[in-house]
Amino acid sequence: MELNGAQIVVQSLIDEGVEYIFGYPGGAVLHLYDAIFQQEELKHILVRHEQGATHAADGYARATGKPGVVLVTSGPGATNAITGIATAYLDSIPLVVISGQVSLPVIGSDAFQEVDMVGITRPCVKHNFLVKDVTKLAETIKKAFYVATSGRPGPVVIDIPKDITAPHIKVPYSYPDSVSIRSYNPIVTGHKGQIKKAVELLLSAKKPIIYSGGGVVLGEASEQLIEFTRTLGYPITNTLMGLGSYPATDKQNVGMLGMHGTYEANMAMHESDVIIAIGARFDDRVTGKLDLFCPNAKIIHIDIDPASISKTVRVAIPIVGDVKPVLEQMLELIKASTIKIDADALAQWWKQISEWQAINCLEFDRSSPLIKPQYVIEQLHEVTQGNAYVTSDVGQHQMWAAQYYKFNKPRRWINSGGLGTMGFGLPAAIGVKLAFPDEDVACVTGEASIQMCIQELSTALQYKTPIKILNLNNRYMGMVRQWQEFSYESRYSHSYMDTIPEFVKLAEAYGHVGIRIDKPEEVRPTLEAAFAMKDRTVFIDIMTDRTENVYPMIEAGKGHHDMKLRVAIGTSTDRELA
Amino acid sequence: MMRHIISILMENESGALSRVAGLFSARGYNIESLTVAPTEDPSLSRMTLVTRGNDEIIEQITKQLNKLIDVVKLIDLADSFHIERELLMIKVKTTPEMRDEIRSMADIFRGKIIDVTPTTYIIEMTGPSEKLDAFIAAIDPESIIEAVRSGPTGISRGELGLHL
Ligand SMILES: Cc1cc2nc3c(=O)[nH]c(=O)nc-3n(C[C@H](O)[C@H](O)[C@H](O)COP(=O)(O)OP(=O)(O)OC[C@H]3O[C@@H](n4cnc5c(N)ncnc54)[C@H](O)[C@@H]3O)c2cc1C
Ligand SMILES: Cc1ncc(C[n+]2csc(CCOP(=O)(O)OP(=O)(O)O)c2C)c(N)n1
Ligand SMILES: [Mg+2]
Repeated sequence: MELNGAQIVVQSLIDEGVEYIFGYPGGAVLHLYDAIFQQEELKHILVRHEQGATHAADGYARATGKPGVVLVTSGPGATNAITGIATAYLDSIPLVVISGQVSLPVIGSDAFQEVDMVGITRPCVKHNFLVKDVTKLAETIKKAFYVATSGRPGPVVIDIPKDITAPHIKVPYSYPDSVSIRSYNPIVTGHKGQIKKAVELLLSAKKPIIYSGGGVVLGEASEQLIEFTRTLGYPITNTLMGLGSYPATDKQNVGMLGMHGTYEANMAMHESDVIIAIGARFDDRVTGKLDLFCPNAKIIHIDIDPASISKTVRVAIPIVGDVKPVLEQMLELIKASTIKIDADALAQWWKQISEWQAINCLEFDRSSPLIKPQYVIEQLHEVTQGNAYVTSDVGQHQMWAAQYYKFNKPRRWINSGGLGTMGFGLPAAIGVKLAFPDEDVACVTGEASIQMCIQELSTALQYKTPIKILNLNNRYMGMVRQWQEFSYESRYSHSYMDTIPEFVKLAEAYGHVGIRIDKPEEVRPTLEAAFAMKDRTVFIDIMTDRTENVYPMIEAGKGHHDMKLRVAIGTSTDRELA
Repeated sequence: MMRHIISILMENESGALSRVAGLFSARGYNIESLTVAPTEDPSLSRMTLVTRGNDEIIEQITKQLNKLIDVVKLIDLADSFHIERELLMIKVKTTPEMRDEIRSMADIFRGKIIDVTPTTYIIEMTGPSEKLDAFIAAIDPESIIEAVRSGPTGISRGELGLHL
């Protein structure tokens, strides 16, 4: 079969099994758009801003585990995609981003809409390619998918000069079934000796804790993690990125750890003698001050990326490998082991943990006349029976969604953890809804974040992706304001906007349903009504208590054992912000 | 901060060098010197990079380098017995009276005079970097017009080698 470059791109994506491509046209990709026009298999989703395309593809990838695919034009189209590429990079999300480039002969001449995409994206991609030969196009696309989805996943950029996709240059086409790259061989199974040592250490622990992260979600190892944890009977804590990989409502789960983690999770980390980190990367939001991190613990670390191991915290037993086979290998040894877990010590440890749990660190004022954001998330959980896909933006609302929506399944919690990108939530929700049209998809956002990609409301209408937007409207960049309250003597420098749009009208202008509520008793019925509107996107503008802060919190420079807790329930209601 | 000499076998592709250089600047690692050239297999090039750092930093540097898709293999030569050589070409002003002295100095250091004009010599010299340092130090600084050094390259001793 002879195809031109543009047809090769489209056909390769189809042969790769790609369902949706999120994009925005422009000069350098016109040949590609013409090829897209002339077929029906590959569905193109036209966003309203290239950042939206990357986040939508990213949301699709996080929810499905399949790579998200993006198409943007050269120059401004390419640079608009950068934030989304970096967002995917920091959370290890597989994306394949195809960018148009000026024609080969004019590259480097400051041609119209030329930017060095390969150069600009180098620090925020797993790998990138500039295609210089149309006969290498199909193979390059295959390589891009292979690199993006294998090992530690990540975004890959393919920059394609316009002349490579020219309609009149046809070459033989065949899409490779597989490719190998001699310089790239991700390690899968763990080292047997290391695993044996790890199991011995683990079984002889007196105050153990399992600390698991996004790697379990990425590695589809939730089932293995559950069996592993239940077999051991040890407490488990999840990172923000790991939520859902172990059921939140299970009694062995002590909640999220880190800056806004639970008191019990952080105290258990601090007091533990053995920690097994599974697909987690000791991020600074998790460790707090490194000198104070888990002073008595010996650490085992399973990670597919050797560079994640001993990067910030030195570990005793590193295991490089894919979580799923490694957990299987470990389970086998655990079951066969003659070492008996010290049951008395473990019971003592659980007793200690239950004392920490008794302080009820996530309790909040339930009698307030104002809408408490935490209450909204609890209600969201109930109305959706804990089964919704929840995307979020960045800020206080993100932390409340993480703390109060008890995720029991992996891939349901979709947020930007590493880069913390405001504007992520709405386009991500569109990507999720396309993948799972019959599931409930909620976007928990704030009045500042939502305005960063609000234009995608238009995309949601065009492609009939009925999502429910919960705008926790505190009239503040709440997360910024909270830090200013705690660390800058309440000098609220530019964390407030004088004008906030009327979101109800805005939603209606975009063709959706808009509802504004400001009383706690309206929350439940409004959510029920919104989710009952199966075919409409509903924007619920929820006026929340603007003084509310996210607790508990480890402030900068503090350790896990030194959390700031809510002072006393009830005091925040009548609290005036200074 | 220990000195390390890292030898890297990588794909001989246009972007590969900038990926390595970009990694060092993005992560704040220092590069003291860097040399690169294609190998006997033209699809591969070999880079030698001198850097400094404590054990943790060097461990991260080697892991991050290995993570680059273009990097096939690498070794830290400082971990084992190895030989290092650097090339120096130095151009010095000469007066008739000084010519003998410079020539014998070059001889002592096993350098070669490879270009002569009525007023200048160019001396070529290879050796471990310290030897080149010593030679430069031994020459009257006033007389040096310019000096160019390749940065060290290295190879491990014995049967082990860095190849596919
Ligand atoms: C406002 C805000 C507040 C935050 N507060 C917190 C907080 O309180 N607590 C918290 O936890 N986070 C918090 N975060 C998120 C934080 O910044 C990090 O994104 C997060 O902690 C990283 O999660 P992780 O360690 O699970 O790693 P991820 O970023 O999910 O990385 C996954 C790790 O697993 C490895 N991996 C991938 N695939 C596999 C596989 N198949 N097998 C084995 N290993 C694999 C990767 O190499 C990597 O090391 C916050 C973020 C924001 C924006
Ligand atoms: C693109 C971007 N710019 C700035 C920030 C810094 N930042 C983090 S949270 C936040 C405020 C978010 O406000 P809002 O969306 O209203 O959420 P809230 O904290 O009030 O729930 C800001 C500005 C960011 N994370 N992303
Ligand atoms: Mg807000």
